[in-house]
Amino acid sequence: MELTFYIAAAVAVLSTIMVITRYNIIHALLYLVVSFLAVAVVFFTLGAPFMAALEIIIYAGAIVVLIIFVIMMLNLTQEDVRREKEWLKPSVWVGPAILSAVLLAELVYIVAAGTSPQTEAVVAVDAKLVGLSLFGPYILGVQLCGIMLTAGIVGAYHLGRHKKKVIHRFLQERSAAA
Amino acid sequence: MSGAPMEAALLLAGVLFILGLISVLIRRNIIFMLISVEIMLNAAGLAFIVAGSRWVQPDGQVMFIFILTMAAAEVSVGLALILQIYHQLKTLDSDAASFMKG
Repeated sequence: MELTFYIAAAVAVLSTIMVITRYNIIHALLYLVVSFLAVAVVFFTLGAPFMAALEIIIYAGAIVVLIIFVIMMLNLTQEDVRREKEWLKPSVWVGPAILSAVLLAELVYIVAAGTSPQTEAVVAVDAKLVGLSLFGPYILGVQLCGIMLTAGIVGAYHLGRHKKKVIHRFLQERSAAA
Repeated sequence: MSGAPMEAALLLAGVLFILGLISVLIRRNIIFMLISVEIMLNAAGLAFIVAGSRWVQPDGQVMFIFILTMAAAEVSVGLALILQIYHQLKTLDSDAASFMKG
């Protein structure tokens, strides 16, 4: 079962190298998703299946989608059908597809073998222990996280808001008259 | 306990962190720099998971949840900052934002 770990690690390193060498942000994000999926498989083999699920949901899901939304907002004006067609070339998606196929093959192998995905030496730390620890000794950290998330929401709203152009009413009347 | 996967996993965390660091240093596109920071945070979380798995304690996974929360808050504020920079400077070049003005 150690082979599962090594293949996932190789996929993670390869896709991360592809992320930092791309020129197109969307291509980089495709490889970034593959990298997060590979790291999730590594978590699985290390005996942290709940963290693997969280990695996929939050990193590969929420954060990447957020970045994609912002990219779409930034060049909304200059998009056209021709470039959309250009984006769907096979050379764009074949790399991430191959790397994800490797991960899928690993998943199929694990399910078909019917064994626990961890390496034999590793004892899984299940989500129940994590929850007991999170809301026991680490309760202060959870509260601090809540405060930080609130600050993050307020900060993102404040920064992302389009500032209305404030014109004095004298100038407004003059511009209306002119 | 066989040490091989643990050492290899720590090595993987180190390699991913270095890759993210290299990308922060060589890139000038500000969105790429944000992505690289995400890679580095992910590598740090991986190191915590490895440590928690090595000593069979939940603390490593708790720390990973905190890192995850921090990354989510950081990326939302960072993207809002990127939107502001783009609206003010009309570019994503990080060197264009090297001055400080009110």
